[in-house]
Amino acid sequence: MVMKRIIPCLDVKNGRVVKGVQFLNLQDSGDPVELAARYDAEGADELVFLDITAGIEHRDTAVRMVEAVAKTVFIPFTVGGGIRKAEDAEAMLLAGCDKIGVNSAAVRRPGLLTELAQRFGSQCVVLAVDARRTPEGYRVVVDAGRTITDWKLEDWLEEAQQRGAGEVLLTSMDQDGSNAGYDLEALRIAAARLRIPLIASGGFGEANHALEAFRAGADAALVASALHTGGLTVRRLKEQLAKAGVEVRPC
Amino acid sequence: MIGILDYGCGNLRSLENALDFLGMESCRVATPQAIAGVDQLIQPGVGHFGHAMTQLHTRGLEDSVRAFATSGKPLLGICLGMQILFEGSAEAPGVPGLGLLAGRFEPFTDPSLKVPHMGWSTVEFSDRTGTAYFVHSYFLPPWSEATPTQLLGLTHYGRPFVAAFRRGNLAGCQFHPEKSGTWGLGLLKEMLKW
Repeated sequence: MVMKRIIPCLDVKNGRVVKGVQFLNLQDSGDPVELAARYDAEGADELVFLDITAGIEHRDTAVRMVEAVAKTVFIPFTVGGGIRKAEDAEAMLLAGCDKIGVNSAAVRRPGLLTELAQRFGSQCVVLAVDARRTPEGYRVVVDAGRTITDWKLEDWLEEAQQRGAGEVLLTSMDQDGSNAGYDLEALRIAAARLRIPLIASGGFGEANHALEAFRAGADAALVASALHTGGLTVRRLKEQLAKAGVEVRPC
Repeated sequence: MIGILDYGCGNLRSLENALDFLGMESCRVATPQAIAGVDQLIQPGVGHFGHAMTQLHTRGLEDSVRAFATSGKPLLGICLGMQILFEGSAEAPGVPGLGLLAGRFEPFTDPSLKVPHMGWSTVEFSDRTGTAYFVHSYFLPPWSEATPTQLLGLTHYGRPFVAAFRRGNLAGCQFHPEKSGTWGLGLLKEMLKW
C-alpha cells in the first residue's frame, strides 16, 4: 500500500515565506527553513514551495532557499514558480529539491514537460494545473487564474501525462482560498484520466475535506491557509484521517 | 571515509546532506583509484537500469565496484544503485547487472496499481516497522528464507518485495532513506555501521 500524503504548501517571495504559519515558539515565522523543519517534525509527508518572486534575481534567491532547506529537511520537496526551461529546473534540482513544479510555462510550451521528463525523469516533474468551472466544463486557466485557455481540463491532463509529467497538482480556482472543501468533481474527472498520482489543491478547511478528496481519487492533499491561520496542525489532521480509516504515515 | 559513487546517475546532493546531518564524513568518488581508497561505498542511482550499467561501464568503474564488493568492504546500494547489485532487470532485458547477488527485478503489473510506486509505504523488518519514501517501477521478489540475511525489510505494493537488506558486506535500500524523515536517517546511519 502507498499512504495518502498531506503536503503543506508555502508561498515564498524573495526568500521569505509570505502568508506564513503562526507557529508558537518560532523565532522567525518568515524563514522557509525553520517552517519546513517545523512541518517535517509535525509529520508532513512532503512540502511544496511556491516561489512568487518576480524579476531577474528570482532564480538565485530560490536556489539559496532550496540549498538551505535541503540541508535541514529530509522529506521530499517540490519547488514551483518561474521555471520556464530545463536550466531553471536543473539549478533547483542540483540545489537539492526533489521535484519541479511547472504551470503556465508548460501550458504555453507543452514541450517543456517532454524536456524535463527526458532530462531529469518523470518522477521529478509535477504539473500544476489551475482549473476553473465554465458552462462548457472545466477549463485550464493561467496567470493566477486571470486567463482562461482553450484547454479542456481532461485534454490537458492527457497531453501532459503523455509528455511525461510524473504527478499532477490540480488546483480549483473556484474553491481556492474558500476553506469550503476541494472541487470533488474536478478531482473525479482528473482521477479517471490519470495513471500518475493526483494531488488535490484549493479549498481545504478541515480533515473531512481531505477525506472526500481521497475518496474522489486524489493520492495527496495540499493544505495551505488552514494551517497558516492556526488552529489545525498536520499532526491533528493526520490523527483525524487515521481515525476515519485513511492510511497515513504515522507522525 | 564513506565514498559516494558519482557515475552520472542522479543527484548526490540529498545523500551528502543526509550524511552531513548525521555527522558522517563522505566524499564523492568517480575514479577506480578513489573507489579503492574509501572504507565504505554508497552506490546511489536514479533512472534506467540499462543507462546505469552503461555509465558504470563507459566510466571504467564496473570492475572497481565489483572489486570493492569482493574485497569485503561494506557497499550500500540505494534505489537503482541497489538494483544494479543484482543480476538483471526486466527494465533492460539482456543487460547484466553487477551480479554480486542472485535475483532479477520485475515490473509491477497489477493494473489497479499506479506505477511508479511513489510515496510512503510501510517497511516490515523482523523486529520493527517503519515508513519509507519510494520511487520505483521494478521490484525484487522476496528471496527464500534459506538465504542467509542479517537484515531483511519487506514492503507490500500489490505483492511483497525486498525494501531493504543486508547480506555480508552488501546492503541495499529500494527506498530513499535520505528522504524518509527521521526514521530514514536512523536507518541510513544503522546501515552504515557494519
